[in-house]
Parts: sequence; C-alpha cells; structure tokens
Amino acid sequence: MELLAFGDTGWGDELFYATLMTIAVSITAMLIGFLFALIFTPLKLSKNKFLNFVANTYTTIIRGVPELLVIYLFFFGGTGAVMYVASIFGYNEYIEINAFITGAFAIGIISGAYSTEVFRGAIQSIDQGQFEASKVLGLSKFGQFFKIILPQTLRLAIPNLSNVWQITLKDTSLISVTGLVEIMRQSYIAAGSTRDPLFFYSFAAVLYLSLTFLSMKLINKLEVKYSRGY
Amino acid sequence: MDLELMINSFPKLLNATVVTLKLLSASLIIGLFIGLLFAILRLNKNVFINKFAYVYSYIFRGTPLLVQIFIIYFGLGQIEYLRSTVLWVVLKEPYWCAIIAFALNTGAYTSEILRSAFQTIKPGIIEAGKSLGIPNKIIFYKIQIPIAIRQSLPAYGNEIILMMKGTSLASTVTLMDLTGVAKYIISTTFKPVEVFVVAGGIYLFMTFIIHNTIKFLEKKYNYN
Repeated sequence: MELLAFGDTGWGDELFYATLMTIAVSITAMLIGFLFALIFTPLKLSKNKFLNFVANTYTTIIRGVPELLVIYLFFFGGTGAVMYVASIFGYNEYIEINAFITGAFAIGIISGAYSTEVFRGAIQSIDQGQFEASKVLGLSKFGQFFKIILPQTLRLAIPNLSNVWQITLKDTSLISVTGLVEIMRQSYIAAGSTRDPLFFYSFAAVLYLSLTFLSMKLINKLEVKYSRGY
Repeated sequence: MDLELMINSFPKLLNATVVTLKLLSASLIIGLFIGLLFAILRLNKNVFINKFAYVYSYIFRGTPLLVQIFIIYFGLGQIEYLRSTVLWVVLKEPYWCAIIAFALNTGAYTSEILRSAFQTIKPGIIEAGKSLGIPNKIIFYKIQIPIAIRQSLPAYGNEIILMMKGTSLASTVTLMDLTGVAKYIISTTFKPVEVFVVAGGIYLFMTFIIHNTIKFLEKKYNYN
C-alpha cells in the first residue's frame, strides 16, 4: 500500500495524474473521432459513387489495420508530415509535435471510423417518413437536421457509441509506446523502478476497470435521457 | 514514395506474417475452448458459478489487452513460487505469454458471443428434441451447439478480425510479428508511410480473407 502513497515516497499522485491524462486523451480522441464522423458519415450516405468510395476506403482501412500500426505511422511520420506542410509555406525549422496531440489524433482517427459506421447505421434506420414530414412542415434544412433527425439519431446511436467509447478508452493504452505518460506508461515507469510489475500492472487494470465501469454508469443515464417518450 | 524499400521489405514482412498467423490460430483455438467453457458456466443456475464466469468476462473485456499481456509477461515472473514449477517453462517464453494473454482475452469475448447465441435458441427446438426421447447430452452436443455456432458466426467473424489486430501487441513483448518487423524497419529507415502501406496492405488482405470465409460459412450453414 505504501507504494501507492501520495508525495515523494509513493506512486499515488503520479498514477492519479496519469489517470487524468488517460481521461483527457480519451475524450479528445473521441471528439476528434466525432469530427471525422461528421465529415465521413454524409459521404457514406451520399449518392455520389466517388464520395462513397472515399468514405469506405477510410473506414475499411482503419478497421482492418491494427491500432498499433496506425500509432506507429503517426508517431514516426507525424513530425515529417507537418514539417513538409510547413516547408511549403517557407518554414524550415524543426517542429516537434507533442505526444498528446499525436496520440489523440491517431486514436481519434481510429475512433472516427467506428463512429462513422455507428452514425450511418443510426441515420439509415430512421423512418423515411420523418425526413418527409420535416420537409412538409416547412422547416429549414438546418432545422430539419438539428430538431428532427439528430435527436432521433442520438437515441439510436448512444448504445453503440458507448461501445466506441470503451474501445477508444482501451486503445489509449497503446499511446504509451510513444512516451505519453498515461496509466500504462506510468505503470511501466513505476514497475521498472520498484521491480514490482505484478502490482503496478494489476493496479493499472483496476484503474481501467473503474474507468470503464464509471463511464458505463454515466452513459446509461444519457441513454435514459434520450429515450424519453419511447 | 520509396518503391525500392517497399519491394525490399515485402519478403521480410511476409515472413513476419507467419508469426502473426501462428499467434492468431493458436490463440483462437485455445480461446474457443475457454469461450465455450465459460459460456456454459454462464448459463449454469448456480449463482456462484455464473457470477464467476461473469466476472471473468467483465475483467477481460474491461481492461486493455496491453495490460493483460504485461501482467502475464512481466508480472507473473515476479512470483517466486511460479518460477520453481513446470509452468515457468511456458511463462518465460514471450511467445507463450502472448498466446495465453490473447487466448484469455478472446475467450472472454467468445463466451459472451456464445452465451447470447445459446440464449436465442428457441425453447421449442430443445423441447422437440426432448419429446423425441433424445438424451440431454446429445441434445446439447448435436442440437444446441450446432445452432449456436451458426447463430454466432457473424459476431465471431468480427472477433477473429479484432483478434488478428490484437496480435500486433505481441510486438510489445519483443516478438517479431508483422507489426514488430514493420516497426523495426520504420525505426531504421525512417520511412513510415512506405512500410505502413506494405504492412497495412498485408493486414487488410488477411481481413479480407477472414471476412469472406465467414460470409461463405454463413451461407453454407444457413438453414432458413
């Protein structure tokens, strides 16, 4: 237990901040994923064959290639890509991107592919009549989407999005290979310096379990909120 | 794009694919048995037995695979008692540690898939078996299991693909699987995009094969 003490003698405070880091990366990645879903879901649903193809390529590649490989691509290739873009604008100094942004972006792109599929499924399962009725009511395109379609989509999407969230949360453990100090990395450091890997990795497992458990409880509340009237 | 590097690294990556496939098949076979065992335990009426199976699947589904591998590979070696037993022969090899972790992980997911498949079997089918005078054991092996396998094929196909992607984590415990070799080539040549295209292409090809095999099996065993 003294291994977990706060302050200089134990790893309690380090692990606490590492947990906050995991939560921060997961939420950022999930939001980046939503951004990607916002772009690619309309492409998936569009009638244009080419746009369809673009969106399908994205989701197929991301869902068929290991997360770790994607993270390595971003970790080793991210700096190069940004510097290349910067050099076009005439900036030739070395640019270092921090591990948080690289990690959140890599996981975000992965989580975006899953979110896209979830939103596509949800929108497709909304009754065609709802679209027609909202048109007939004379709502603007904006109003149609935000007042009629989106709330119904959310109700259908939340259970599946909760799965995506769990996947995203667990995937953040892979960012530890890039050196970002989240739960996994901190446990690795602690295990190395105390020679007690069994304890620290088991404790990391407990932390992840509590995170998944707590988020399940929160999401269940959301689910109830969005299923009002059903 | 450095085409030469892509062509040169292809045979190396293909060799590493063999390791990935070995890891995948070993863990899937063991995982299937674990999954079947725990699915049966989940359906047991004894509260303790089915709570035990539930906790098992909850823990393995609620924690990242990386943590599980690290606990088994780095953690278990710490227990002095284990080092003196026969188990140590297996546990000191990263290869077997990875397979154990993957098998336990996929076993947890498989048990959930099979459990829900068993639960969706219509009671009428079992009753029909009983009224024909077939013993319970035979009903289970010859009626329930084949139907459950057919029911769970689509979900199990997804699980195989997820597991294939999961085997990439073997590279974190020094194994040179497809991802391990890809990472090695990237870190020596600093050409991430080229290597990603080749390695990712191999993974996608495997996904494609698995996906279509499962589709084929689904069609073959479709009884409707």
